[in-house]
Amino acid sequence: MSLSGTFKDLTSKPARAISGVGERIGEMPTVSRWSLIALFIVSMYLMPWWPEVPVLGWLVDTPGTSFEGVITDKVVIYVLVALGLNVVVGLAGLLDLGYVGFYAVGAYTVGVLSSQHANLPWLVCVPIAVLVSMAAGVILGTPTLRLRGDYLAIVTLGFGEIIRISANNAEWLGGSRGISKIAKPPNIGPLKFGILDAKPYFFLGLTFIIVVVFLLRRLENSRVGRAWNAVREDEDAAELMGVNTFKFKLWAFAIGAAIGGLAGTLYAGKVRFINPSNFPLQLSILFLAAVVLGGTGNMWGAILGGAVVAWMPERFRGFADKRVFVFGVALVLVMVFRPQGLIPRKIRKERWLVNWKPPESTPQSGEAEVGRG
Amino acid sequence: MSDWLIYRTFLDLTVTGLALGAIYALVALGYTLVYGVLRLINFAHSEIFMVGTFATLITATNFIGIPLLEEGNYPYRTGFTLVAILLACIVGGMVVSGAGAVLLERVAYRPLRGSGEHVGAVVLAFTTAFTVSLVFSETTRTNVIIGLIGTAPIAVLYLRIFRRGRQAPRLAFLISAIGASTAIAEAVAIWSPRDREQYQTARVLEKKVLFEFLGTDVRIDYVLVVIGALLMMTALVLFVNRTRLGRGVRAVAQDVETAKILGVNVDFVILITFLLGGVMAGAAAMMFTLVYDQTRFNIGFLLGVKSFTAAVLGGIGNLRGALLGGFVLGLGENYGAAIFGGEWKDVIAFILLLVVLMFRPTGILGESLAKARV
Amino acid sequence: MKKTRLVRAAALAVSLAFVAAACGDDSDSGATEDTTAAAEETTTGDTTAPAEGGEAAGGATCAEGTSIAFFGALSGDAGNLGQNIKKGADLAIAQFNAANAGCQVSLKEFDSQGSPDQAPALATEAIADAAILGIVGPAFSGESKAVNPLFDEAGLSIITPSATNAELNDNGWKIFHRALAGDDKQGPGIVAYIQNKLAAETVGVIDDASEYGKGLADIVRDGLGDKVVASDSVDPAAADFSAAVSVMKDAAPAAIFYGGYYAEAGKLAKQLRDAGVEATLVFGDGVKDIGYIEAAGPAAEGSIITCTCADGASNADFAAAYGEQFPGETPQTYAAEAYDAANAFLAAIASGAADRAAVLEFLKSYDAAGVTKQIKWDETGEVAGNAVYSYKVEGGAIVVEGLIE
Repeated sequence: MSLSGTFKDLTSKPARAISGVGERIGEMPTVSRWSLIALFIVSMYLMPWWPEVPVLGWLVDTPGTSFEGVITDKVVIYVLVALGLNVVVGLAGLLDLGYVGFYAVGAYTVGVLSSQHANLPWLVCVPIAVLVSMAAGVILGTPTLRLRGDYLAIVTLGFGEIIRISANNAEWLGGSRGISKIAKPPNIGPLKFGILDAKPYFFLGLTFIIVVVFLLRRLENSRVGRAWNAVREDEDAAELMGVNTFKFKLWAFAIGAAIGGLAGTLYAGKVRFINPSNFPLQLSILFLAAVVLGGTGNMWGAILGGAVVAWMPERFRGFADKRVFVFGVALVLVMVFRPQGLIPRKIRKERWLVNWKPPESTPQSGEAEVGRG
Repeated sequence: MSDWLIYRTFLDLTVTGLALGAIYALVALGYTLVYGVLRLINFAHSEIFMVGTFATLITATNFIGIPLLEEGNYPYRTGFTLVAILLACIVGGMVVSGAGAVLLERVAYRPLRGSGEHVGAVVLAFTTAFTVSLVFSETTRTNVIIGLIGTAPIAVLYLRIFRRGRQAPRLAFLISAIGASTAIAEAVAIWSPRDREQYQTARVLEKKVLFEFLGTDVRIDYVLVVIGALLMMTALVLFVNRTRLGRGVRAVAQDVETAKILGVNVDFVILITFLLGGVMAGAAAMMFTLVYDQTRFNIGFLLGVKSFTAAVLGGIGNLRGALLGGFVLGLGENYGAAIFGGEWKDVIAFILLLVVLMFRPTGILGESLAKARV
Repeated sequence: MKKTRLVRAAALAVSLAFVAAACGDDSDSGATEDTTAAAEETTTGDTTAPAEGGEAAGGATCAEGTSIAFFGALSGDAGNLGQNIKKGADLAIAQFNAANAGCQVSLKEFDSQGSPDQAPALATEAIADAAILGIVGPAFSGESKAVNPLFDEAGLSIITPSATNAELNDNGWKIFHRALAGDDKQGPGIVAYIQNKLAAETVGVIDDASEYGKGLADIVRDGLGDKVVASDSVDPAAADFSAAVSVMKDAAPAAIFYGGYYAEAGKLAKQLRDAGVEATLVFGDGVKDIGYIEAAGPAAEGSIITCTCADGASNADFAAAYGEQFPGETPQTYAAEAYDAANAFLAAIASGAADRAAVLEFLKSYDAAGVTKQIKWDETGEVAGNAVYSYKVEGGAIVVEGLIE
């Protein structure tokens, strides 16, 4: 009895601690808050050296493969993708099982423009690729977003497959041979984007993530974010309240697609080779697993989920060919024990309602404002 | 040239398309049943099918002892022996797939619904201990022993957590299903004797041409598969519409809360739903091995995606829709492949779905296991 | 995997016993005695550096921890091909270690699942490990394109036992070698065989839409021109090829070429024969595997398989050794190529090459009889010799027919 009690504490305490962190940081004075954030960002930039830190190093290092390579080629990419997919699934509540399609569109645009049919520099390709992915999102979204729930899921799944198979069959896109010798990012000051050293790519990717996080935070707290909230919680009610649900769903799709495309450009610039088998259907499912594992609708959850899904199979290389099996079991276990994800979304509105008291008591009304802001 | 090709091969494509469609339809029934009752895409259903193909393989080769080849040729059987073997195989597939589906529900889904779940806790506990032991030992036997030792204490802990009684959000079920699906397929790949290689299944039925129809050969195995699927389907519809349990299934599909109030054992009904889906997948698995004589650890995935497409195409939650969707998809793919080339086969399937959903947003026949879905 | 370890341990024990015996008597005579076994596999003709010549055979010495690496898929959908390759390399190393007590080489594994997005990190890791002197792999053409630039930059030699994409050797990678011919060499041989030997006037061509299968099928399509009366593509992940079968049944060609791997070839052959298609079936080297006959059963009879590999007597010895190492198993696709690739590296190590530059230098002049063919590389890393051989399935076995003129 006492044993199981301890176990219960073990599973719930860290969770409470994690969800409390955000609040505590929010309550801090501005100076310490910002210095804490700065410290966090710096420690993220130092990630390639983490394996050398005593305890942390043992925990995160990936024996059997290069940690630096893993965080650059997989973690950064998955985190970006998870952030983008979180907009679609978590914020707007649209189940997208073909997200890999947008990732492919981004990567292929860079491939086509910098190697296959033109010689544009990578930096020029990136904005174009992001726009093309966004357009792909709109093109897919316009006819399909009128569908609801799981119909959308299967249609998007089909879309991802259509993109992959078309790339495989179109000689213009390199067919099954793919595109090689894709342009790499230009050297920025001391950052030399070479072949062996992965660190510059990691720094670039991390910077992308920070920019995306910043933009998404603004968006989440804007009118658009509130509209997404409304659509997700009850589409009919939102429609009745005068929210143009279709428009906002399309926005979510387009923004999600753009971020997916951005991840694709990063991948193409780093590995410099893409082929259709880089973008299998299974990857879409893995991306969705990342978002849900982390905590649907919570940006920090998406980041954690993306990182865990990318890193975990590499961390457990010791299991050799059994690691995919272990991954599958881990997915079930996490969902059984933390069905809301590792960092669940805080439903601020709900708490506001629960704690709501007549306006005389000032602290509560202050909190309410924080909640809504 | 291609235009002509479709005319010349039309009937041929129709026959093979119907056979493939029948298999899609049977697997689609499992998706549609579970979706109708739980509003859940049972992603691991494809692996239940895969396990079924292995069950028919084992039934035929290990239990009945049929060799893959006899003196350089297939071990063809005729008459009563043939019928007995086929029946044994289909029962083997149905039993294993049905049991697999029930187990899946209790391990990967029911704990998420927040009810205290003993079987799930025990199986999950064993799996956890077993997985952890993989770190320490490469011998499967040691792993199993460690797994068994760890089962009891971990299961006690798990049960406490399951009893929290919280209902998980819908996406959690989906991810749990994906995890289960990955784990099942990989487990077969790792712990089956030929690992990731393809397996051949015994071929007892000689694939003779049964009759000729307007110049096209109609083979006996195709006929058997289509008739078999129609029979299974009819039986299922009768079960759902005519029996007490079937009424329970419809009631839960319509409104879980009301059904609960009216005294329906919801957990039991859900279990029955999974069982029915698994049994259909097992039948489909046997028919699959009958036509294609082979299986592999990863055959479920693509077939599962296609079958789910078929279910949506016909109208998910609608049993007749699953059948219709299966046939439409099987035929559409085949015709499309002949017109545009085989490399576009999957693209055609998805475009077909897209077009249908444009005009009929809930599938050809509309969604309704309970005939009253909003 | 466990078995491998056991065998490795056994090999180690045997070799230790040898050392003990040698030391007890006279180290020189001991060294000459157990030379023979290793000499057979590391015969490097006239190329071995003369200075190390004495040491090269039997009593080779090398730094502790010296290793070569396997790079490719061990898990995932294509894991079976990688497992075959690893077993071939394992066998070569076990034999080497048993014969050379003073030089115990180990095989490190880098399981990329054949996916280009895991491969670069693995390659970086392999490069960082200075003990790794050579790579057997990368197994697939796709991942090769993603990681070969990295290996090239680091000067770490690779010998791929399976990546046959025609373009791979045009990239100027100085570290690139392959133990089998590129697709561009095999294609013309297939065309010649169909035209001359089979004298087929109508041919159907099917591919699996993969890089290897479609590449080879396209060369055949171009080479045969008008004679191709029907053409289609299948999804290798699908079980049902009925659309392609209908197309072939309708065209009723005299021969059908399929570009793809053995598992799908087996399914296809069976479905074609069941539908009553009588055409002669022709395949490329991806089908030269006992797995094809297992999958196709009686339908495999009479199939033609081409390969740039000769089927020598050495193959029987190899199969026997393989069966000893992995009880009850026969060498599958690419195991023999991997064995040859690993032996090339082992010969380099035995010759005294202690760093990557020396290994790369050694491979340039390597010329030895391998299990599959004479192994000698031109400056692009392509294995010498353009000969394409044809094989026929007879009585449930793949039997050599001879050289294609």
